[in-house]
Amino acid sequence: MIKVKINGQEQSWDGDPDLPLLWFLRDEAGLTGTKYGCGQALCGSCTVIVDKQAVRACITSVNDVAGREVTTIEGLHPNGDHPVQKAWRQVNVPQCGFCQAGQIMQAAALLMENPKPSHDQIREAMSGNICRCGCYQRIENAVHLASTGV
Amino acid sequence: MNFIDNPRKLRGFERQIKVEKISRRSILKGLGVTGGFVLAAPVISRQALAYETGAGKMPHGVVVDPRVFVSVAPDGIVTIIGHRSEMGTGVRTSLPLIVAEEMEADWSRVKVQQAHGDEVKFGNQDTDGSRSTRHYLMPMRQIGASARTMLEQAAAKRWGVPATEVKAVNHEVVHSASGRKLGFGELAADAAKESVPSIEGLKLKNPKDFRYLGKGQVGIVDLHDITTGKALYGADVRLPGMKYAVIARPPVTGGKLVSFEPDAALKVPGVEKVMQVRGWPWPSKFQPLGGVAVIARNTGAAIKGRDALKLVWDDGPNGKYDSVAYRKELEEASRKPGLVLRNEGDADAALKGADKVIVGEYYIPHLAHVAMEPPVAVADVKGDKAEIWAPVQSPGGTREDVAKTLGIPVGNVTVNVTLLGGGFGRKSKCDFALEAALLSKELGAPVKVQWTREDDIHNGFLHTVSVERIEAGLDKSGKVVAWRHRSVAPSIASTFAAGTVHQAPFEVGMGLVDMPFEIANISCENPEAAAHTRIGWFRSVSNIPRAFAVQSMVGEIAQATGRDQKDMLLELIGSPRMVKPNVKDLWNYGEPYDSYPIDTARLRKVVELVAEKGEWGRKMPKGHGLGIAVHRSFVSYIANIVEVAVDDKGKLTVPRVDTAIDCGTYVNPERIASQMEGAVIMGLSLAKYGEITFKDGKVQQKNFDDFQVVRMDDSPVVTNVYIVPAGPDTPPSGVGEPGVPPFAPALINAIFAATGKRIRALPIGKQLEA
Repeated sequence: MIKVKINGQEQSWDGDPDLPLLWFLRDEAGLTGTKYGCGQALCGSCTVIVDKQAVRACITSVNDVAGREVTTIEGLHPNGDHPVQKAWRQVNVPQCGFCQAGQIMQAAALLMENPKPSHDQIREAMSGNICRCGCYQRIENAVHLASTGV
Repeated sequence: MNFIDNPRKLRGFERQIKVEKISRRSILKGLGVTGGFVLAAPVISRQALAYETGAGKMPHGVVVDPRVFVSVAPDGIVTIIGHRSEMGTGVRTSLPLIVAEEMEADWSRVKVQQAHGDEVKFGNQDTDGSRSTRHYLMPMRQIGASARTMLEQAAAKRWGVPATEVKAVNHEVVHSASGRKLGFGELAADAAKESVPSIEGLKLKNPKDFRYLGKGQVGIVDLHDITTGKALYGADVRLPGMKYAVIARPPVTGGKLVSFEPDAALKVPGVEKVMQVRGWPWPSKFQPLGGVAVIARNTGAAIKGRDALKLVWDDGPNGKYDSVAYRKELEEASRKPGLVLRNEGDADAALKGADKVIVGEYYIPHLAHVAMEPPVAVADVKGDKAEIWAPVQSPGGTREDVAKTLGIPVGNVTVNVTLLGGGFGRKSKCDFALEAALLSKELGAPVKVQWTREDDIHNGFLHTVSVERIEAGLDKSGKVVAWRHRSVAPSIASTFAAGTVHQAPFEVGMGLVDMPFEIANISCENPEAAAHTRIGWFRSVSNIPRAFAVQSMVGEIAQATGRDQKDMLLELIGSPRMVKPNVKDLWNYGEPYDSYPIDTARLRKVVELVAEKGEWGRKMPKGHGLGIAVHRSFVSYIANIVEVAVDDKGKLTVPRVDTAIDCGTYVNPERIASQMEGAVIMGLSLAKYGEITFKDGKVQQKNFDDFQVVRMDDSPVVTNVYIVPAGPDTPPSGVGEPGVPPFAPALINAIFAATGKRIRALPIGKQLEA
């Protein structure tokens, strides 16, 4: 039996310990905000925060996060008012929106580590997250806005 | 009491192809399987419109009925139906916003409800072809105005005053003479009893009184849900007792399963069942490819189970498809005469007599859509009833295809449309929903079919592969006197009809035969090309290779004659006029030519605007260069200026992009800008990296590592967008797709300006490193 804390709630899993965290979150725990985009840590759509680090849930097993604290988009802020979320709305970032949970989690992790990133640092930190709609200019501006106060 | 326009039009894709190319079955389908409705006169009367569109000619036409689209609750909440699919363009917000504008509803008290797939009720729902605003701006205004009129009539009756004395203002109806007011909620029940006013008599708002339209101040309705993970995409649907499935499909188009061993898969924890999925022989439109499904308690287990399957395939007739050999075939075909589609003057003689002939042979490979949400669908089939939840661009077509595939009446199928995690044309094909329906029927349980990214790349409906060969003949003064363009590419029609070797009118109408240059001798030809994989629409479709070839050639002519690119481009466009190519059945994106002519004044205008705003001719640092291109598609006009920087090692970056768009009258400039920004990224992705290749009939790429797209670190530093202001009588035109085509040639022209290297084959890949 694996125990893991997700968005502050203790969850347990007695199935395949190698099950990717992504599918545990989506199909077993019903937290569908975290998205599948590639399954190979190439696109960042499944980004969650484990302890204080951005992690790709598609290549992280449930076993890997045993006893640790996982934060998904649903748990980032109780009202959805994390500075990154507010900035996203202010800049009207999303088009289709599918990758945005991963982008937001990556941005939130970046700001935890570096509260005032330069534009180059933002571009570098966010480059693991693909947006096929091509919202990059707005993502960059929203991360910058979140870092300077929304 | 729905008004239906003449439905003697083919459904979905078929509408765009010559009738004779399509099987009789498809035609019959278009004629009346969905029958039971009354034929009526076209809904949009000519008198009520400042312009005509092709909306009424789409399958199931347009429904203009406020009782279908609008409801008002006693608490005043106005619910407006969004009947088109949301894939990132903002249409789920824009169309209801138009209704709210005309009915004087306060947007903060409006809820948007997604329509299920029902074209008899809602009219055409195919969200493709950059048509939604173009076809629905006026109908949505009429629906809003009808609803407003009904509310006003109800209030006038309540007060016993003439309806002319009352006016709806911001969610209430006012009688200014007496100072009385009633909220929309208070009038809801009475207004519902009012008869629907005739369209001809409707009084539309004066555009100068618009509060929302053209302003760009309203965010998309799903903005909060998207940023909090609550937005519901196809992949996010969960039903009680739902099973999770992935499918192993034939690796080669036209291949089929010979045998499979399920034992190892069944040993994977969480796997419950392995079963065969019915496939249809190629070409079969959108029917499933067949294969073997692994059913599990979660997607992770299903994928692991599929990896453990032992499968034997017969690769079929396309088992030798090879991209390198096929490119040579296309190139050779482009060097010989082909079916002549447009012939003006005598291009042969003019080329022979030319002082100089410039030849460009341009190549664009297959491309995959790779929407961030791979295809996915949930189905629950019980007896002769089916319910589907899916991210589809064609809810009506999906409904019909599910009914046909399961052999049940259309009326027994419900298609719930979720948000689409990107579409780009891939989700116009409902194969994934059909797979889910077949599996659910056999399992007797709800099931979700999830495509992996590898499935998406291996078994998609790819963008065609093409060689575009242009010969331009110049006289002694450097004036272009002859133009011969041969386009060779497998057609989308090949996905519907075996033996297709020529491109369809809707494909050659995308930048080949509608070429707008003022040249005396023009020949546009289409040599034969057979398909060896499934070809489908990809955002902006054949405009991608055409704009690349035509606008690169402009750069090449400028280069050969020592002219400025922009001056050369304007000279070729020539005088302001309406271009009427000498073409039988000219495809004009389904629009009447009179409303949407090929207007070179507008083409010139976007070039001039982008040149001014984008500071054409500005001084460039060493290694930088500027390129320009313009293209009309989806009846919109778009020009790009791209600045590139290429360093000593050939590393390409894009410091700045400027885009000018003329899309006629518009609804939401803020979303237009976002579409243009995104089109630049998609254009850069295909130009820099985009290539799907085949060997032994199989796609060689797998995922985002070998089919790369632009990421933030190589996206342009800044993209500026300028929208040409248009009067309300200028018909609205496309936005979702037309931003893509001009980008790649502007980029390539810029690379030439920076480096002196002319790139004629995409992707750029390592070509600058040599």
